[in-house]
Amino acid sequence: MADKIATRESYGNALNELAADYPDLVVLDADLANATKTCIFQAKNPERHIDCGIAESNMMGIAAGLAAAGKIPFVSSFAMFAAGRAFEQVRNSIGYPHLNVKIGATHAGISVGEDGASHQCCEDLALMRVIPGMVVMNPSDDIEAKAAVKAALDHEGPVYIRFGRLAVPVINDNPDYKFEIGKGVVLKEGTDVALIATGLEVNETLEAAKMLEADGINAKVINIHTIKPLDEDLVVAAAKETGKVVTIEEHSIIGGLGSAVCDVLAAKAPTKVMKIGVEDRFGESGPALELIKKFGLDAESIYKKVKAFCE
Amino acid sequence: MDINLLKKTANEIRKGIVTAVYNAKSGHPGGSLSSADIMTYLYFEEMNIDPKNPKDENRDRFVMSKGHCAPGLYSTLANRGFFPVEDLKTLRHTGSYLQGHPDMKKIPGVDMSTGSLGQGVSTAVGMALAAKLDNKDYRVYTFLGDGEIQEGQVWEASMFAAAKKLDNLVVIVDNNGLQIDGKIEDVNSPYPIVDKFKAFNFNVIEIDAHDFEQIADAFKKARETKGVPTAIIAKSIKGKGVSFMENNAGWHGKAPNAEEYEKAMSELNAIS
Repeated sequence: MADKIATRESYGNALNELAADYPDLVVLDADLANATKTCIFQAKNPERHIDCGIAESNMMGIAAGLAAAGKIPFVSSFAMFAAGRAFEQVRNSIGYPHLNVKIGATHAGISVGEDGASHQCCEDLALMRVIPGMVVMNPSDDIEAKAAVKAALDHEGPVYIRFGRLAVPVINDNPDYKFEIGKGVVLKEGTDVALIATGLEVNETLEAAKMLEADGINAKVINIHTIKPLDEDLVVAAAKETGKVVTIEEHSIIGGLGSAVCDVLAAKAPTKVMKIGVEDRFGESGPALELIKKFGLDAESIYKKVKAFCE
Repeated sequence: MDINLLKKTANEIRKGIVTAVYNAKSGHPGGSLSSADIMTYLYFEEMNIDPKNPKDENRDRFVMSKGHCAPGLYSTLANRGFFPVEDLKTLRHTGSYLQGHPDMKKIPGVDMSTGSLGQGVSTAVGMALAAKLDNKDYRVYTFLGDGEIQEGQVWEASMFAAAKKLDNLVVIVDNNGLQIDGKIEDVNSPYPIVDKFKAFNFNVIEIDAHDFEQIADAFKKARETKGVPTAIIAKSIKGKGVSFMENNAGWHGKAPNAEEYEKAMSELNAIS
């Protein structure tokens, strides 16, 4: 397995690598370039990097205006401020006119770690998912994060991509890997239960599936990198195949991947679903890996919950 | 510049506002009427626009940041030839392209969807920035309400516009002194408005919003000003042109009934 890398780092690298091929790409940040890693792009393309200062609402509007004038802005801040603070600007100035603005939101979820609950956004997928026409992506590793950035640039319309602060293992380094917006990826076949995961939980879920395998539970593992549009066909097929579905995400169990999966299954293939995620509570300070364990989002916790669910 | 012709055009735009709001049975006549003279000057004298090519990438841009004044924008666009004046009667009707607040996806000549106060000015700043990045010489104009500037985002946008030296941006504040809940100084005073924009490093010009010579002079000075954006603080009369609507906050967001409509139109028809 390759070295670990945070998807925010992948994001900054991808912007920099794609700069030459996308001359209309401009990158906006709100005094967090060193944290969101847009500084990597900034170092090589200073004239195309616009620091808007600590004013995220205005930054979203500026991005809308730039897009209306033909630019492709990638707007960056922490998920809490991009999706949370500036929600209405994203909704009204970007989403409603369906402008070609890409939002690169870093430091999502409890894996922000020591900064604590004020900065641990576990609501962004829910907030962005309800905006009509918004594509919502949550890549699982370096390779997928870079692919998502390129796919976003090739897509006409608003896109939200969630990136993490924590360095995570590279899991998609295989020659057959192909990224397509709205297409889930089956990482492991299985017939006893379908484990549908997103973001950094994909790796934890793969590890949990191995533990389940040792206990004789054959789990199908699906990586959903695009929360919206959701790969409904894949989710429905997996539910019909296994009869049991578990969703795993580093996000509130309200409104994120689990809710999206339940929405489609309730309508098309009623199935028992267990949602694993951040329960209806705020985060807290601590080292990221400790928090992931404490919140029951590590492989061991997932293994135990799924095992109980299958019994 | 033919001032008599501009006055006549502004009067036609006012008739369109009253007609649109009357037929919609809702909408915002007060601020649409107070801004009508400046809208007339922008679209008939100042801005480089072509109704036959509303998406021309080199055109000047306009953002109605006070988006509830859609009737004013639509009547101006219709009278300028972007779409039929007759369509103003469909404002706010189910299925009409003339949405309650400006919709850039549906309406020819609308450069930005607005309606949520404080947001339009940021998008105008983004357009002005795009012009600078692309070395283009188009200009961007945005109309704000004096109540709207209570929104903090207006000042985020203003700070940025001056910091980035966006001299291709003109912010116009329609200072009619009234907002829904009453006088702006009673609700939450934004005064001194001129000093605020000066403190944000704008070139600030104060005018009478209903005097075409002052309007023309202000936009000329804005064009001549380099290195800083311009704010035009336009002292206006809410409901201007319809006697019973003038200086009455009650007409911020209310449609006239049939009798009031007839009275308003007869007043406007008497002018031209």
